[in-house]
Amino acid sequence: MRRKLKIGSLVLCLSMILAACGNDSAGDETEASGGNVHTLAISGSTSVGPLAEKLAEKYEGNNNTKIEINQIGSSAGITNAINGVSEIGMSSRELKDEEKESLQETVIAYDGIVVVTHPSNKVKNLTMDQVKDIFTGKITNWKDLGGDDLEIVVVSREDGSGSRDAFQEIVGYSSGELIKSAIVASGNGNIKTTVATNKHAVGFISFEYIDESVSPVNINGVEATAENVLSQKYVLSRPFLFVHVEDNLTNEGQKFIDYILSPEGQAIAAESGAIPVQ
Amino acid sequence: MSSIPVKKDAGEIGKANKRKYILEKVSGRVFLFCALLSVVSLLLIIGFVFYKGSHPFIAEGYSFIDFLLGSDWVPSEDKFGILPMIVASIYATIGALIIGVPIGLFTAIFLAEIAPRSVAKIISPAVQLLAGIPSVLYGVFGLAIIVPFLQNNLGLIKGQSLIAVIIVLAIMMLPTVVTVAETAIRAVPKAYREGSLALGVSPIGTIFKVVVPAAKSGIMTAIVLGMGRAIGETMAVILVAGNSLVIPTSLTDSIRPLTTNIALEMGYAFGTHQEMLFATGIVLFSFILILNFVLARISSKGGN
Repeated sequence: MRRKLKIGSLVLCLSMILAACGNDSAGDETEASGGNVHTLAISGSTSVGPLAEKLAEKYEGNNNTKIEINQIGSSAGITNAINGVSEIGMSSRELKDEEKESLQETVIAYDGIVVVTHPSNKVKNLTMDQVKDIFTGKITNWKDLGGDDLEIVVVSREDGSGSRDAFQEIVGYSSGELIKSAIVASGNGNIKTTVATNKHAVGFISFEYIDESVSPVNINGVEATAENVLSQKYVLSRPFLFVHVEDNLTNEGQKFIDYILSPEGQAIAAESGAIPVQ
Repeated sequence: MSSIPVKKDAGEIGKANKRKYILEKVSGRVFLFCALLSVVSLLLIIGFVFYKGSHPFIAEGYSFIDFLLGSDWVPSEDKFGILPMIVASIYATIGALIIGVPIGLFTAIFLAEIAPRSVAKIISPAVQLLAGIPSVLYGVFGLAIIVPFLQNNLGLIKGQSLIAVIIVLAIMMLPTVVTVAETAIRAVPKAYREGSLALGVSPIGTIFKVVVPAAKSGIMTAIVLGMGRAIGETMAVILVAGNSLVIPTSLTDSIRPLTTNIALEMGYAFGTHQEMLFATGIVLFSFILILNFVLARISSKGGN
């Protein structure tokens, strides 16, 4: 516990230093160009990060704002936002109640995760409990789920991956509970290839990687579509959040959030594989 | 070049000499700098890996014994045990040696002793080309050919397994084993063979009773170098190993060797998790050091 605190404070210090550096360089630029460049400090989730980078790149081109993005994980980003180290925090998980007290949240997009099997697999629907039992090794044969008499081969992402964290959090098991014999593959593409070539296999990948080489499984009878994610019927999804403290948000920060929610920003979100809010 | 003067007076010659002298000195320094660069790189790499990797054990109170002998690796739950990976690395290397060494050795004997020149001319470059193929392509080959083959023809539930790793590593170590062993066999003096043949030993008997024993230290070197190749290989292995965190009990289990553990998780790791991956690197480094030590012993023996 103490060690975790230590890491937390280390991350905090680091991000403070980074933020300070960011301010410095922005100051230099201001002096050099004579213009008034505002630096927007954003930190948090490694899953939201890439999308935020893309949005920032487009946004910076048209506005007099410099956006510093640090991908340090959802929890660290939320802490930074609460402490005012970062103006905006990025989170790929829902806020906890005590976090909601001090933070305003904006859903900028959704991310969906799909459980996939080999196309020949007859199992097309699973409940969340069944998914959990498969990945924790309680169910080890497809015949127990109405499929053929084949042993189940579980394919997971590597420890530390944002998608794996999200999947485990939504399904409700921990890394230690994952069946030990699970194949661990790095990246969505790798999981897809493994599942596509093995009729025993089951894995999970992001929405945008779905194609006919693998068979998507419905969860609780709900098909994995963008509409079902937005209507919150499909449970294997998570919001991409921007969080901020009301008083800390500057005009520039608000403008960036507005830009993300604009049709142009949402188009970029869709392009990079997330599910747009509208 | 066309304007070389026919005559030079003494002063000019002296100047030219001086220039030459400076050039000599400068190039000497440049070469020294280049030579030092590899030493400095080595020291930096060792220093960095050991500094980062030893931190959790020195400053954060983790036990190195638990690290080596622990069978659970769950970074998000603060469990760092690499026994499954050590066992996996050792099994994979031994397995690859069992397949790769005989094949490599026989290839070397064939090339050096038996093959007609025309045949050797085809096989030798092919073996050398094998060494030049980027390791990730071996992995892709393994994933596209070996893994499905194991699944479809041998009925394995998952082709990503110890046996797949062994096959890929055996192929990968072939060029090393063949080239080094071939050189060693060719270096055996002709008089040995002639003596043996003159005593009425068959050609094959000569090879195994005279030539191979005479080239023993070179062949041992070939095996150790092949071993080094196998234990340090990462990119090819990561695709066919399956990377499961079990201590392998059969050839069909999927495994996670030390190398792939580092490559797989370094991208997302931070804090203690990252330091533990460096610590994994220390263990891997120790294996390589031991191999090099053995290699040095063999070559010094060969010299005697």
